[in-house]
Amino acid sequence: MNLQAVRAIYRFEMARTFRTIAQSIVSPVLSTSLYFVVFGTAIGSRIDQVEGVSYGAFIVPGLIMLTVLTQSISNASFGIYFPKFIGTIYELLSAPASFLEITAGYVLAAATKSFMIGIIILITAFFFVDLQILHPVWMLTFLVLTCLSFSLFGFIIGIWAQNFEQLQLIPLLAVTPLVFLGGSFYSITMLPDVWQTISLFNPVVYLVSGFRWSFFGTADVALVWSIIAILGFTGACILTIGWIFKTGWRIRA
Amino acid sequence: MTSPILKVDTLTKTYEGGFTALDAVSLEIMEGEILALLGPNGAGKTTLISAICGIVQPTSGAVTVGGHDTQRDYREARKLIGLVPQEINLEPFEKVINTVRFSRGLFGKAPDDAKIEAILRDLSLWDKKDSAIRELSGGMKRRVLIAKALSHEPRVLFLDEPTAGVDVELRRDMWEVVRRLQESGVTIILTTHYIEEAEAMADRVGVINKGQILLVEEKGDLMARMGQKELRIDLAAPLEAVPEAVADRDLELAENGKRLTYRYDTRAERTGIVRLLSALQEAGVQVADVETKQSSLEEIFVGLVQEGEQP
Repeated sequence: MNLQAVRAIYRFEMARTFRTIAQSIVSPVLSTSLYFVVFGTAIGSRIDQVEGVSYGAFIVPGLIMLTVLTQSISNASFGIYFPKFIGTIYELLSAPASFLEITAGYVLAAATKSFMIGIIILITAFFFVDLQILHPVWMLTFLVLTCLSFSLFGFIIGIWAQNFEQLQLIPLLAVTPLVFLGGSFYSITMLPDVWQTISLFNPVVYLVSGFRWSFFGTADVALVWSIIAILGFTGACILTIGWIFKTGWRIRA
Repeated sequence: MTSPILKVDTLTKTYEGGFTALDAVSLEIMEGEILALLGPNGAGKTTLISAICGIVQPTSGAVTVGGHDTQRDYREARKLIGLVPQEINLEPFEKVINTVRFSRGLFGKAPDDAKIEAILRDLSLWDKKDSAIRELSGGMKRRVLIAKALSHEPRVLFLDEPTAGVDVELRRDMWEVVRRLQESGVTIILTTHYIEEAEAMADRVGVINKGQILLVEEKGDLMARMGQKELRIDLAAPLEAVPEAVADRDLELAENGKRLTYRYDTRAERTGIVRLLSALQEAGVQVADVETKQSSLEEIFVGLVQEGEQP
């Protein structure tokens, strides 16, 4: 195991994060604060409690998930796309490092960054709403697993993308709708039956539900399904990345 | 030079479109030598290096470095290799020292700032260690690439067109760097299409064209074996035509009739020089001076490539 390689990639990527720390952190915090102002305070004040929780507090887990998912994907996809774009990928391909080590370096760095942002948003939320966290350990577990699994997913997108447009395509076309329709701003039990059934095919529903459960103790789907969903998604991403490195798809001629 | 440190065995690379970039290339490189791979653009030089280093997946064939197979035992094999690519591929915003540290870690070596300092000093980059790469000149960027490749103390160094687009002075600096590396015991394989470079630096020369190795030989042997020599005879008085007595020979009249040039093959049993000179004397041609000139690697190279292209 070439742990030095994992460490080197991780440090290199984190150095990039800290070099651009202001833009890395300010923009997600700002946009989340806007959500709180608009949905939590302005509109939320006209909405009754949802499942016994004030609407402003109810949307906190969903908002954190929304940011963490998109951040994980964009951090990890950019992390591996950039070396492809500027040509420094030659060094990764010629290094005595396995796909596991290379992936670990990039994904851990991307996940660390989105975890930091998730925590900062959580802290921001305390300024806007009364919030309690019933199961803090589960909350952190879900947050970490989400950061990791969606960083893995972002890594795949970064390898797949052949230009900057494609790099933006999946987050824009697939992830944003999935997150918005994944119960970030509502409980799926508020939907008509048909849409509830359709929603169960959306993996984000399971993440948001499990994460919200860790805050308020109420969930749209059973906790065990949330755990199975996130582990399954992580496993699928790892298998895909393994296949990519084995075949050299889009990285090795 | 003792035993081969790198063995390439019938390495073939055919791309999906059917283009064969490498056609059963076999090559042995001895420890401590400098091998120059010469070939025109698109000959397969970079593909060969890429296939050895793991950037391109070979279609068939095998490569061993220090006895380690580059496919089965890729970790051990790759630890021994340093690669300086042709393109200047560097993170523009990163500091010089950080990118070199990164390379060392990536190749599995524990951090060692003393070692990195020594490498940067040796390449005259120490003053620039905290500069962002985009602030450096082209020549310095190339040296950063070398520093990165040396950061994990490889035994074999690939230099892909190290002096492409570099001015004359920097090119000579680069040659000096390469020579010092060889003295430190590193085996060097460099690709170039500057014949001058191969002639100045290499111990052996390999010629590659259309994915095939045409030959690999000691530079001196190659020049002696393949070399045509030219005998230049400066005449005391200009001639209007080649004298009839020697018209059957491969002679050319140049310099407004003041010079006769005779090409001969150093491989031939008889060069015919003595007979030519006596025949000229008999014909009453007065010789002012005589000079011989060895053909350069460039001429040999062009000859070889053209020969290979004939059907």
